[in-house]
Amino acid sequence: MVAKPLLEVKGLKKYFDVKGGVFGRKVGEVKAVDDVSFTVMEGEILGIVGESGCGKSTTGKSILRLIEPTDGEVTFDGQNIASLKSEQLRKIRRDMQIIFQDPYASLNPRHTVEKIISEPLLIHGMKHAAERKKRVRELLEIVGLNAYHASRYPHQFSGGQRQRIGIARALANHPKLIICDEPVSALDVSVQSQILNLMEELRDAFQLTYIFIAHDLSVVKHISDRVAVMYLGRMAELADKDVLYADPKHPYTKALLSAVPIPDPDEKKEAIILEGDIPSPANPPTGCAFHTRCPVAMSVCKEVRPTFKMVDQDHYVACHLYE
Amino acid sequence: MPDMVLRLKDLQTHFFTDHGEVPAVDRVSFSVGKGEVVGIVGESGCGKSVTSLSIMQLVPSPPGKIIGGEIQFKGEDLVQASPKRMKQLRGNEIAMIFQEPMTSLNPLFTIGNQLQEAIRIHRKVTKKQARIQAIDLLNQVGIPRAEAIIDEYPHQLSGGMRQRVMIAMAMSCHPDLLIADEPTTALDVTIQAQILRLMKQLNEENNTAILLITHDLGVVAELCDRVVVMYAGQVVERGTMREILKQPKHPYTKGLIRSLPKLSEREQKLYSIPGTVPRLGVGQVGCRFAPRCEMAFTRCFQENPALYELENGQTARCFLYDEIEREGHPDGGKTSIGSKGT
Repeated sequence: MVAKPLLEVKGLKKYFDVKGGVFGRKVGEVKAVDDVSFTVMEGEILGIVGESGCGKSTTGKSILRLIEPTDGEVTFDGQNIASLKSEQLRKIRRDMQIIFQDPYASLNPRHTVEKIISEPLLIHGMKHAAERKKRVRELLEIVGLNAYHASRYPHQFSGGQRQRIGIARALANHPKLIICDEPVSALDVSVQSQILNLMEELRDAFQLTYIFIAHDLSVVKHISDRVAVMYLGRMAELADKDVLYADPKHPYTKALLSAVPIPDPDEKKEAIILEGDIPSPANPPTGCAFHTRCPVAMSVCKEVRPTFKMVDQDHYVACHLYE
Repeated sequence: MPDMVLRLKDLQTHFFTDHGEVPAVDRVSFSVGKGEVVGIVGESGCGKSVTSLSIMQLVPSPPGKIIGGEIQFKGEDLVQASPKRMKQLRGNEIAMIFQEPMTSLNPLFTIGNQLQEAIRIHRKVTKKQARIQAIDLLNQVGIPRAEAIIDEYPHQLSGGMRQRVMIAMAMSCHPDLLIADEPTTALDVTIQAQILRLMKQLNEENNTAILLITHDLGVVAELCDRVVVMYAGQVVERGTMREILKQPKHPYTKGLIRSLPKLSEREQKLYSIPGTVPRLGVGQVGCRFAPRCEMAFTRCFQENPALYELENGQTARCFLYDEIEREGHPDGGKTSIGSKGT
């Protein structure tokens, strides 16, 4: 199978205005996503990792235009999302779905599971109630719940079950791409593995493509085919997961990997402990955003922003060490 | 027995709710030695936080109540201690840090106000001396520009910095025991690494015993000497950190370790424990884990297993390790589910 790109993101930017002063004028900008480009192949799982405030969730939401990107091009299945009118956008969203972190907040507490899952079906033209009902039952079974759960309300379910409902809703209209924004972060370990397995099974069964956004490096490694690392709104590194975890190039990726506590006392590792905090994205450092914490920063890093380019076969890095 | 700082014996904390009595902590026993780091591990609802709150006598009452057991702190039973006595102990000899430092700091007072208050409650020092000590403490926990930070408000600090302030406050009176309830859960990995290093350093330098409550087995491996695994309000396994992580005995501990995605290995499919954590109720019969356990047999549903002691001092609440079962089942005691066995 020759994989073709399903989603192409080019130069995606999202700046949030900072308002202040007596008249609420714009006093600054937060560059939440600053010039991010990547491609997602059909049937692939692309993981995006990074610490809080690195712009990984904003990237996910900008792709769906749940928040309007400031600049950049998003091509999904040959169509440029950024230029679509709202009606066209509504139609294309049938093919791109999202699952959120908090299954508590993303399900309407006043709706039954039946209503929650059948809403997208109705919106996208499944007019017969009986047909919708049948599909809802089918979806519940697919995600490992029972048909009789349809008449219950979200609060009657556990966290893992609620995440299953969220997945069923996302699957309702046979999407091609699902953006998963921290789907297992709120779950306990034993439940987390159930959901991860389910997501993998669904990918195989329905030829889905995922963008899997998470802060847990072990989880991302487990599920992804390729992994992108973000820092302060920018891409730091992107590579095949085995390459990235075995041979990280960017100093940030190295530090991030070494900071993960491993539940094995025999696994000795060289700990690179970064000093200091993540700088504010409202006032990012000049040049390379990571230079303030980088153990191998050079003088050029303070002045020139490194370009994100290929340094090895399909291995992209934004770092002056590899210029 | 070596010098014990804390010893819990059959602690029972129940909650009395509209839906009935809930045994959140069900006859929990363990001990923490001087200068030792003991981890309590378990998933949400297993009773690990209620255990720590019980030690501090901070369980909201009603609905919660300690209905039995002992909490020996340096020979004194805290369950019997008066509120006045507890006030003396808290912050002075036992300190606690929580998951979300923002909710434990008062947003209306500066860092300095709050630190100095903690110092002055427990020690007779002047305001000036307290301020000097506070700056000193901030320096010790690795806060840059301590002289300036001391006059700032909590919202001006990042999450990692706030947790450092909490640790500084907890360490201000050189407690014998520090209870840390998920201290790094809200933090990013690189910041978590800094805080874990700091806690290790404090443990080594001041010989402070730490009771670490966490759900993260990675954090356990970094910091703990011994581990207590809890499930549904009960201790299901106790052992050294190495024993628990490398040779877990209880099927639940085994399942928990197997369901973690590993950074160093490549596996096709994750193991997962079927089902979900049960609802707690009084008078339940049978092993709490039996409905989810692959190894369960008839007895598991009929009787409550005791904590069986194994040769090396490791204990597990599982009938597989009962003498009778071991004799009855030719491979009973040695069966290891999925563990490669080292």
